[in-house]
Amino acid sequence: MSHRRSHRWRLLAAWLNVAGALVIVGAMLVPLYWAVVTSLKTLPQSYATPTSLLPPSPTLSAYSQVLHTQGGSLLTSFIIAIGATVLSLLISLPAAYALANFRFRVTGLVTLSLLVAQTVPGIVLGTSFFKIFARIHLLNSYPGLIIADSTYCVPFAILVIRAFMIGLPRDLLEAAQVDGATMLGSLLRIVIPLSRPAILSAALFSFLFAWGDFLFALTLSTSNAVEPMTLSIYSYMGQYTSQWPELMAAAVFAAIPSAILLVLVQQGIRGGIATAGLKG
Amino acid sequence: MSDVTLGTTAARTDQVRLSGGLLRGRHPTRRRKRFSGRVLFLLPAVIYLLALFVYPIVYNILLSVRQSSVIVFVHNTGSFVGLTNYHMAVTNPVLPGVLYDTAIFMAGSIVVQFSLGFLIALFFTRRFPLNGFLRSLILVPWLLPGVVTGIILRMMFDPNIGMVNQVLTDVGLIHSPIEWFANGHLALLVIVLANIWVGIPFNMLLLHGGLQDIPKQLYEAARVDGAGRVRIFRSITLPVMRPVIAVVLVLGFIYTLKAFDIVMIMTGGGPMNATQLLSTWAYTLSFYNLDFGQGAAIGSLMMLISLVCAFAYVRSYRAEIR
Repeated sequence: MSHRRSHRWRLLAAWLNVAGALVIVGAMLVPLYWAVVTSLKTLPQSYATPTSLLPPSPTLSAYSQVLHTQGGSLLTSFIIAIGATVLSLLISLPAAYALANFRFRVTGLVTLSLLVAQTVPGIVLGTSFFKIFARIHLLNSYPGLIIADSTYCVPFAILVIRAFMIGLPRDLLEAAQVDGATMLGSLLRIVIPLSRPAILSAALFSFLFAWGDFLFALTLSTSNAVEPMTLSIYSYMGQYTSQWPELMAAAVFAAIPSAILLVLVQQGIRGGIATAGLKG
Repeated sequence: MSDVTLGTTAARTDQVRLSGGLLRGRHPTRRRKRFSGRVLFLLPAVIYLLALFVYPIVYNILLSVRQSSVIVFVHNTGSFVGLTNYHMAVTNPVLPGVLYDTAIFMAGSIVVQFSLGFLIALFFTRRFPLNGFLRSLILVPWLLPGVVTGIILRMMFDPNIGMVNQVLTDVGLIHSPIEWFANGHLALLVIVLANIWVGIPFNMLLLHGGLQDIPKQLYEAARVDGAGRVRIFRSITLPVMRPVIAVVLVLGFIYTLKAFDIVMIMTGGGPMNATQLLSTWAYTLSFYNLDFGQGAAIGSLMMLISLVCAFAYVRSYRAEIR
């Protein structure tokens, strides 16, 4: 019986639990630790046996090398991810507002399509986009990749933001309308500011989806005119399979947005995938 | 508040709003005037869905019933060939292997990631310091871009510098390095493990949310009645969690069917197609063999599977909302 347990026993149990949690977290994060350690080694050190669990003489040379050779790709990924995020929000905000506040005959159908849209395999879209984009000259272009990547984000963003907007107090909107605010006015001045947490979470995830996109980058590029980070890691790996320190430094760079997102939306993450359910 | 409750409140508000809307319907003229303005908010999204989801899906089906060769690829004028591409895909000697790999990949991933995710979720329902912080760290593998996951795990299993071989050698399980990516079965095992690594956090996240929503009184009442741990798990936790479990499994199925990045990076479908999944095979057919017809046929097959799944998903989503 719990109430008979002494204070000391409970303290011990708590710390045993912490130890258990640390073991679980440690097991899950071993590959990441190993990636960082390898990125701080020189090439000969990365091949030395037995492998050292710490970098013998930590060096950032792999990082500066990656910035030198692949810095452009980091910028390309950044531009595409920002573009896809902005495009997604422009489409999602009014749609979420409409789906949350108005009842059309198609409301149910649209919401259903948003759920179904998230289950469409990327390779199906990628193949069709390739053919369609080839005709309208969107291959190897920023707009092409921004549009393609936004398909990861829009259904998700609409569902997340809509779910939040439904929870907003209805009186506020009605009061605004009594005061003569237009629908657009109340969206811009009341609903969007109030929905900031959901919008922020949708924006961060949109950025992350587009940043991490590999499938569209691979299918919609026939040259390396526009080469996002993911594609550049892939082709670099093909050429220099054994340059592990540099590959790991590139992986660390590519992982930065995930780390930022984890810190920023620690609380919001669950609410985020929650309603929308799906990741790209 | 968890995702599940979020969905629930949302649905309830919806119903309330519906009845509110009916009441407000007393002013039909006013409603109609507003209607046109309201539609404009939804219109961009509807056009977007039609242009970037519906049209490409239809296009994919059209591709799958047209002739496709390198010449057609250049001139883009394939003639209608009916189900020839489907016939070729179904009788393709590679297909049985692809279906086997996909089945193993999906079943292995889903079973293990769900079980381990559930165990970890149960563990984190205990109260202890740093619980929330440590739990969020587990999410990291799930948040990483697939390419990052793929390349890191490829290094872990690298025969020369990989930590896995090193550890197996140190504990005396093996005496010479294992060439993980040279052997088909081992390569398949590795991509399943990689996918599990990504899937555990996601399963843990949703299941933990569901577990947190179980009213504590239920457990207390059961304990008063003298139920043991196993009994409580079987008679309270599992039944209450059923809708959440359904959502988690359906989502797991959909993700796993879509998996592409990790496999392309780690094995590219090789060696000798031993890790070729439906997704990577569709890619290979279209973009390596330039046989867009067969690639699109496989794509349509995947669409069909995921549509069935989507309906299961929507149903479980609804069940949860109720």
